Amino acid sequence: MRLTLRVWRQKNAGAPGAMATYEVDGISPDMSFLEMLDTLNEELILRGEDPVAFDHDCREGICGACSLVINGDAHGPERTTSCQLHMRSFRDGDTIDIEPWRAAAFPVVKDLVVDRSAFDRIIQAGGYISAPTGSAPEAHATPVPKADADFAFEHAECIGCGACVAACPNGSAMLFTSAKVNHLNVLPQGAPERETRVLDMVRVMDEEGFGGCTLTGECATACPKGIPLPSIAAMNKEWLRATRKARR
Amino acid sequence: MRTFWGSTLGKKTVMAVSGLIMIGYLVAHVMGNLKVFFGPGEFNAYGHWLRTMGEPVLHDEWGLWIARVVLLTAVIAHGICAYQLSRRDIRARPTAYVHKRRRASYATRTMRWGGVIVALFIVWHILDLTTLTVNPNAQPGHPYENVVATFSTWYGNVIYIVAMLAVGLHIRHGFWSAAQTLGAGNARRDRALKTVAGGLALVLTAGFISVPVAVMTGVVS
Repeated sequence: MRLTLRVWRQKNAGAPGAMATYEVDGISPDMSFLEMLDTLNEELILRGEDPVAFDHDCREGICGACSLVINGDAHGPERTTSCQLHMRSFRDGDTIDIEPWRAAAFPVVKDLVVDRSAFDRIIQAGGYISAPTGSAPEAHATPVPKADADFAFEHAECIGCGACVAACPNGSAMLFTSAKVNHLNVLPQGAPERETRVLDMVRVMDEEGFGGCTLTGECATACPKGIPLPSIAAMNKEWLRATRKARR
Repeated sequence: MRTFWGSTLGKKTVMAVSGLIMIGYLVAHVMGNLKVFFGPGEFNAYGHWLRTMGEPVLHDEWGLWIARVVLLTAVIAHGICAYQLSRRDIRARPTAYVHKRRRASYATRTMRWGGVIVALFIVWHILDLTTLTVNPNAQPGHPYENVVATFSTWYGNVIYIVAMLAVGLHIRHGFWSAAQTLGAGNARRDRALKTVAGGLALVLTAGFISVPVAVMTGVVS
């Protein structure tokens, strides 16, 4: 496959950026999107140019490091991560636009790499449980209803990649925060911090400069892990419950 | 209180509750409007009742003024929250993507400007049919004749119909969103909520628009 790539290039956080055009040839349809970028970077290095910086780690769709907006879609045209997207989703001769996540809370570090530490600070505010660690507890000691376990697991699938923020026209982190809140709030292990968790995580989410939710649904469409949109309503319910309890 | 008002979720809750109050009012409003089809006697009598409703528990016009204060509070709260949240949302996404594509549904994308259009309409609507400042007939105590006069002008029809379409779109996304914000939405109920939102939007818009259409076609004169 022969492709034209238009890639966002930006030297550092302070420098202005622009789209740069590159031609790549000899791309196999079985390559992943990141392997295609590796091919481009090898050529750039041979030519003595600066390779395109992009985030990646596990390359098997479970770490949440890769973060590319491909043709205007976070993680591209398929419902998966950029690393699990394959070139067979494109046609020979295509022009592909590659941009970084765009949000005030995710400043560009270089090229396609953005700083997602705002997510870490939301997690630090309450995305944990206070149970002491140690060997695995006896499973029957804490019964969890099947429906609750399924609900928790559905939300635990969030890998924190930030595609929801990138896709949201308001740069809102509601889907991420709701996934984390719902995952722990429904379980007995998360019950001691049920109220403080949602209040603190929502507060930090707002402080980090993410936008508000207007329920456009773009986040859930972009999410590679299929965190559903009603997740946000479930967090709102938890938040309203917690504000009522806090006032008492 | 500080956590509530200072949070995006708190402001969204204020928008949801004030929005639902306004939808409730619109349901009552459209039912009153449809009395226009039963002739000037019934419509004008209904208009008069609005001033005396709540009597003898309430003094003359108190019921009306209570409704007005509640509505004005809802409109102002809704507007302030919308303004503050919109400013925040725009700040949160300072750089647009180079590769543009159409996002979300039409009703969702038009919430902000649709809201502004409806707010401007309310000002005109009050000047036209409450204070009668800009009404072509301007006969106090004769709402039926005033309504017919407004809808006998081309601009009255255009302003009204455009605004009612904007109201319909606003409610379609707004009602469903309010349910999500108040935590009433979940996967099982989603379809039902969307149907109710669409149904409410359709019934209210059709109900309101039927009046100018009836005047234009001579059914009401």
